Amino acid sequence: MAPEDASVHRSLGLSDEEYEIIHELLGRHPNHLELAMYSVMWSEHCSYKSSKIHLKRLPTEAPWVLVGPGENAGVIDVGDGIAVAIRIESHNHPSAIEPYQGAATGVGGILRDIFTMGARPIAVMDPLRFGPLDDPRSRWIAEGVISGVSGYGNSVGVPTVGGEVVFDETYKGNPLVNVLAMGVLPVERLVLGQASGVGNLAVLLGASTGRDGIGGVSVLASAGFDEGSEDADKRPSVQVGDPFEEKRLLEACLELLDEGLVTGIQDLGGAGITCATSETASRGGAGMDVDVSAIHSREEGMEPFELMTSESQERMLAIVEPASLDRVLEISSRWEISASVIGRVTGDGQLRILDGFDGEVLAELPASTLHDDAPEYDRPLAPPENLIERQSLDASGGPVDCAANLLTLLRDPAWVYSQYDHQLFLNTVVGPGSDGALLRLRDPKTGRETGRALGMSTDGNHRWCHVDPRQGTTMVVAEAVMNIACVGAEPMAVVNCLNFGNPEHPEVMWQLSEAIDGMSEACRAFNAPVVGGNVSLYNETNAVDIAPTPVVGVIGMHPKLSKLPPGMTLVPDLTLVLVGQQPHEDVSMAGSRWAWEIGGCKDGTLPEFDLFQTVRTAAYVTEIVQRNQVEAVHDVGEGGLAVALAEMAVHNGIGMHISGFDGHRALFNESGGRVIVALSPADLESFLKETSNRAVPAQMIGSTGGSSLVLGSTINLSIDDLTRAARDELPQALGQGTVSG
Amino acid sequence: MSRRVGVIRFPGTNCEFDTRDAINELGGEAKILWHSDTDLGDVDAIVIPGGFAHGDYLRCGAIARFSPIMDAVSTFARNGGPVLGICNGFQVLTEAGLLPGALQKNVGLKFLCRMEQIQFVSTANVVGLGASKGDLLDIPINHFEGNYVCAKETLDQLEEENRIVFRYTDNPNGSMGDIAGISNQSGNVVGMMPHPERATSMLLGSNDGASLLQSLLFTGRAAST
Repeated sequence: MAPEDASVHRSLGLSDEEYEIIHELLGRHPNHLELAMYSVMWSEHCSYKSSKIHLKRLPTEAPWVLVGPGENAGVIDVGDGIAVAIRIESHNHPSAIEPYQGAATGVGGILRDIFTMGARPIAVMDPLRFGPLDDPRSRWIAEGVISGVSGYGNSVGVPTVGGEVVFDETYKGNPLVNVLAMGVLPVERLVLGQASGVGNLAVLLGASTGRDGIGGVSVLASAGFDEGSEDADKRPSVQVGDPFEEKRLLEACLELLDEGLVTGIQDLGGAGITCATSETASRGGAGMDVDVSAIHSREEGMEPFELMTSESQERMLAIVEPASLDRVLEISSRWEISASVIGRVTGDGQLRILDGFDGEVLAELPASTLHDDAPEYDRPLAPPENLIERQSLDASGGPVDCAANLLTLLRDPAWVYSQYDHQLFLNTVVGPGSDGALLRLRDPKTGRETGRALGMSTDGNHRWCHVDPRQGTTMVVAEAVMNIACVGAEPMAVVNCLNFGNPEHPEVMWQLSEAIDGMSEACRAFNAPVVGGNVSLYNETNAVDIAPTPVVGVIGMHPKLSKLPPGMTLVPDLTLVLVGQQPHEDVSMAGSRWAWEIGGCKDGTLPEFDLFQTVRTAAYVTEIVQRNQVEAVHDVGEGGLAVALAEMAVHNGIGMHISGFDGHRALFNESGGRVIVALSPADLESFLKETSNRAVPAQMIGSTGGSSLVLGSTINLSIDDLTRAARDELPQALGQGTVSG
Repeated sequence: MSRRVGVIRFPGTNCEFDTRDAINELGGEAKILWHSDTDLGDVDAIVIPGGFAHGDYLRCGAIARFSPIMDAVSTFARNGGPVLGICNGFQVLTEAGLLPGALQKNVGLKFLCRMEQIQFVSTANVVGLGASKGDLLDIPINHFEGNYVCAKETLDQLEEENRIVFRYTDNPNGSMGDIAGISNQSGNVVGMMPHPERATSMLLGSNDGASLLQSLLFTGRAAST
């Protein structure tokens, strides 16, 4: 074969060095189809080539972990013969270009990762980050993304039980659309995406293959955005979703798995058929012959490289024994999904792309080289040059008007989550708008209740992580754990979505490396291993990187759920107690929403954070919630104590009197590891004694009652004013109507 | 007699298992019926559950009405068999001509999933057994197209014939007359947008839907004995 023109591999996103590696691996120059296949599989998105070296430092093991990182989803054993599959992914770049479809296909993709493992997906969570609300394009993106999640998720029939919605300048050109999915399965049905058994058949199920999403992982996901006009050219790389196709595909695949008809199954996402065939083959230690002419395609005359790299949605690859084929086709037909035998498992480890099983060989390469031989980079990393100077800044200056500041910082996300079906499957005991979600755990085979429940939360905080990526990430994990503690769940596993800028910038690699260390430390302390994740790099616009945004999803177990957990529900005349980290006068405001959005300082040094005290606090909060020992509980997060108290007051329409917290430092600092607890005054003494015995700091801060939120002499606001401020912001900014979807 | 309830499953339906589980929990015996079947088998009542039958493509319920099983459902309904359409099921019943009117997009042009309060207006139907006019119920809604519309004469007729089953106390979607559910003339066919199966346990925030499904089970038995 003739050597390729150098411009070809570069236009596919491969460097000259990478081309040389391929040349050596094959012992000859690759042809165009082979180059296209390497380019998608060796893309940053698929190969994790820049992050792998750091990801290895994450703790990934525990006795209950059945499947750790590297498979389609992490799987943990939750007892009673039930396993839980969980995964988080980003769909940032597609959503920046085409918000509705970008978000919709993000949901579709993650669901396939879950049912690929043999699990029925039962919950989705959407951590979303957009540019500021006063930017029209950011509003358009936010509105489209939320409609996309709603349109696809509701229709495919998986409830969206939580998430986040954050607006900040840093995401103006590059929104973050992350999506987490969780599913349950009987332990014995666990299947892995591998092809084994020479002569077994690879059956492509679902949608036809079209020209949408060609090279999506290399063109779109693995490069930043420059000028707007060029981004429009990337539009053809965004896929179009069809939730009805996905729903039928999901039900058909679950039936195939129920009947034990597949030996392995793999979803088609990034890198399409190339990824699915080579991954299943190399995981199974096998090879595969793939007949491109057998692929059911959407249009005439598609080139082999288009068929092999298309990212058309709603497709799965099932490995079946020849004897099971008829039954597989029968179930597919009942669910009205197309099925084509496109491959045969071979024993020689080669991935051969053929035009007809006995026809011309279009490409031939060792299947494992697409994965195992992907380059691994130890990219240069360095802290920002002005780090010391940045750390020395005082973030507490600015226009202090605490009452007005509080009204600005309040935001009720109900406008977002009321667009999502969050109740389907009758598991949602605590849904969106709370600290963590809590879902009844039922036996996936019998539907019988186990009397236990799963707690889930997703969290990220770019402000903390910008100030200090290491401690910031530790605090993010702690925040997520504290959120599920507030619904009574003990952490079992973490998944992460690492959203960072351009890895070719040493500062970005430093942020990534620090974040991974901070996450490792927290995960070890909470005994919650990382079971899966996703790395999204090149989140940049015009060479400006986003603030580092590691997002984590935590899943945990409530061992005995007999009644509703306390939640945020208040009555008058309760005593309020601040549990966990206690304030001191000169606490740092760095990384707080107040400092970023009001004070205008994005730097400084984060407040001290005591990880082990937070571990004790979370464990204690979990216990009191499980015992329904308190009247109400609420985590103190973004916006600090004032925002947390106002959220509780608004939720119930009941006022509060708080003393001992005056001035903006005390009210808006974001020290981690704090929870507000409400209890009957008669229980205060024994409560404080118990917290003291457990080495968990706690102090009474006030009581409930009246129709105003009174915070010392600093803030006195009526519940009505607070409610309006919280409730009206999103509907006013994002409007009532939509034309999308 | 057992209280056998057929729950219809179209491709795209997604509340079939929830509906089945809620009915079984109340002592019924639910079985899922596939849309391309032509025979309902031995059932005392039918529920068309929520979801997106056939993807809701073209128009909600517009394709589902042509699924083979709908002929059997129509015959069952005409013979007085109890039929409850929930959410997408209500949309299917209007498209199939078993209930009048139509459901169009919510006035806010947004999908809405949240708890709503509804009030019993008429109890002379298969979900009203044991209920009183004026009873208030907390039952979640979960729809994009729940905005009930019909001709003025039809609305008058529904009022006169006591066929408005529920009204919202705080209309979320722009429905004419705040309508959340209606029945046919003989009260054996009911369509409602709120999801009673989602309000069957205090752990889910309300138990008010249980009595509606229980009523269906009792009238189902009565109709078949």
